[in-house]
Amino acid sequence: MSEIRLVERSAAEIARDVNAKNLSAVEVVEATLAHVDAIDSQVGAYLTVLHDLARERAAGVDARVRAGDRLPLAGVPIAVKDNMCLTATRTTCGSKILERWIAPYTATAVARLLDAGAVPIGKTNLDEFAMGSSCENSALGVTRNPYDLARVPGGSSGGSAAAVAAREAAIGLGSDTGGSIREPGAFCNLIGFKPTYGRISRYGLIAFASSLDQIGPLARTVEDAALAYDAMGGYDPMDATSIDRPLEPAAPSLRTDLRGLRIGLVREFDTKALGADLDAVYRRAYDELAKLGAEIVDVSLPTADYGLATYYLIAPAECSSNLSRFDGVRYGLRVDAPDVQSMYEKTRAAGFGPEVKRRILIGTYALSSGYYDAYYVRAQKARTLIARDFDNAFAGCDLIACPAASTPAFRFNAKSDPYSMYMMDYYTIPMSLAGLPALSVPCGWVTPADGTDPLPLGLQLCAPLFAEPLLLGAAHAYERATAYAQRFAPLTAKAGA
Amino acid sequence: MIPNLSSDKIDVRYVAKLARIALTDEEVDRFGAQLGDLLEHVNALAELDTGAVPATAQVVESRNVVRADTVRPCLDREVVLTQAPQRQGEFFRVPRIIAE
Repeated sequence: MSEIRLVERSAAEIARDVNAKNLSAVEVVEATLAHVDAIDSQVGAYLTVLHDLARERAAGVDARVRAGDRLPLAGVPIAVKDNMCLTATRTTCGSKILERWIAPYTATAVARLLDAGAVPIGKTNLDEFAMGSSCENSALGVTRNPYDLARVPGGSSGGSAAAVAAREAAIGLGSDTGGSIREPGAFCNLIGFKPTYGRISRYGLIAFASSLDQIGPLARTVEDAALAYDAMGGYDPMDATSIDRPLEPAAPSLRTDLRGLRIGLVREFDTKALGADLDAVYRRAYDELAKLGAEIVDVSLPTADYGLATYYLIAPAECSSNLSRFDGVRYGLRVDAPDVQSMYEKTRAAGFGPEVKRRILIGTYALSSGYYDAYYVRAQKARTLIARDFDNAFAGCDLIACPAASTPAFRFNAKSDPYSMYMMDYYTIPMSLAGLPALSVPCGWVTPADGTDPLPLGLQLCAPLFAEPLLLGAAHAYERATAYAQRFAPLTAKAGA
Repeated sequence: MIPNLSSDKIDVRYVAKLARIALTDEEVDRFGAQLGDLLEHVNALAELDTGAVPATAQVVESRNVVRADTVRPCLDREVVLTQAPQRQGEFFRVPRIIAE
């Protein structure tokens, strides 16, 4: 089997063949590493490629299979966003402040995937500390969209998305605070899945906004996303916010039609506002849901329009607190100074990039004396209203469908003012504030006005809390009935990058 | 109520001091303008009637989490200290905090 064919296979296919001993994990990993070595200089998905560790782990997987283990992700190459710890490997968060930091332990989500037979190929690029929607805020590298190298892969989990789209891994791990898995999923024609808040342990995920952060998979098929979720999910005593109730596995719930489901279209999310091309794609997607047997109903999220304002107080407030730990004392960068106060100030000035500084400043302001009630508490109350909107909407439907992002992948440096970048998460933030499981699934293509290659769009599906099996099941039916997800990115570079 | 920001400009230097980030004059100007823009957007929250609404800190399940107070393995001190910018024996070393 040629290398290209091997790297194009899904996680489910790889695991099946490795478990059946028709294929070895070592073969898969060698093919993947060779592919990464050949193309990642164009894509820039990885900040660190773990050649030695990947080979060692693959040999270990083969030994376990030979000893009789059946592993749900046997030999599956994975890409890990570089804000998740993996023992004895560099974990940078895309930041100068952690550029040389070696993690002393492994994140639970990563450990569970490795236990299930997955093999870590490398650590992927991200917007610094996961703050951004294009990967352009990384201090350590540029990641390009495999569908058009002149465009961004989305963010903040853009490195993991680009890696999976370029077949440099079968599954990518991302983290989603306001859309950071779903938006790059949409930009890179992948399934980008954010489970219910608390469903997957965040132990070992470097915190950005703790009431919102959630780990989830990026994959080329819904089945692969379900396999990763089933392997990672469930209670972890090391994360006090992880949910202590049994995980209902999603892989057995994958379905091929939507009969009996009511899917709500959000009255306030009129896709005409996105322009005729995108509107046509989303209208067709909604028709496709109906053709699969879903009953399409109208729902209202009257407060969702305030999601962005709410999020840009709560997330910076939490980040200003979480990132106070980066002070040059125990780990990471230190800029020397004669006294400790100026050591803190100079270290953080040199170590953080502009977006991280902006968010720390806005969060510090929103939490400061005299403004706390006006900003932070009010945002928390708005959050209650947004969550109630979803409760009301789900009284009349089983799932909600809407766009995953308001544009396809854009060109580098296209969003010069911060707020226009924040707007990218308009459709994903409300679900994050309400803690709901949501995913992006490929739903069609638009041709840019400049006539360059068509770009993928993502349909967002959202379910009630803990309804991951329903959500992934429905996404599977949509994916199977349409062929959008099967159009892979070209693997050779195009000029114009 | 949310203060009206047209008359209440952010003192970026003061906020940066609280956040322990040294800023250049250029950053003070740039961040000041950008944060002012953002606050104008978030001021839209004033349109919502949140008087009788409880605040949500965390959506899914709020409960106290406790564990038995038993000795458990922890990170190896040597491994952790290899990551310290500066160490002295088994301690993190920092610049002088208390004047002589």
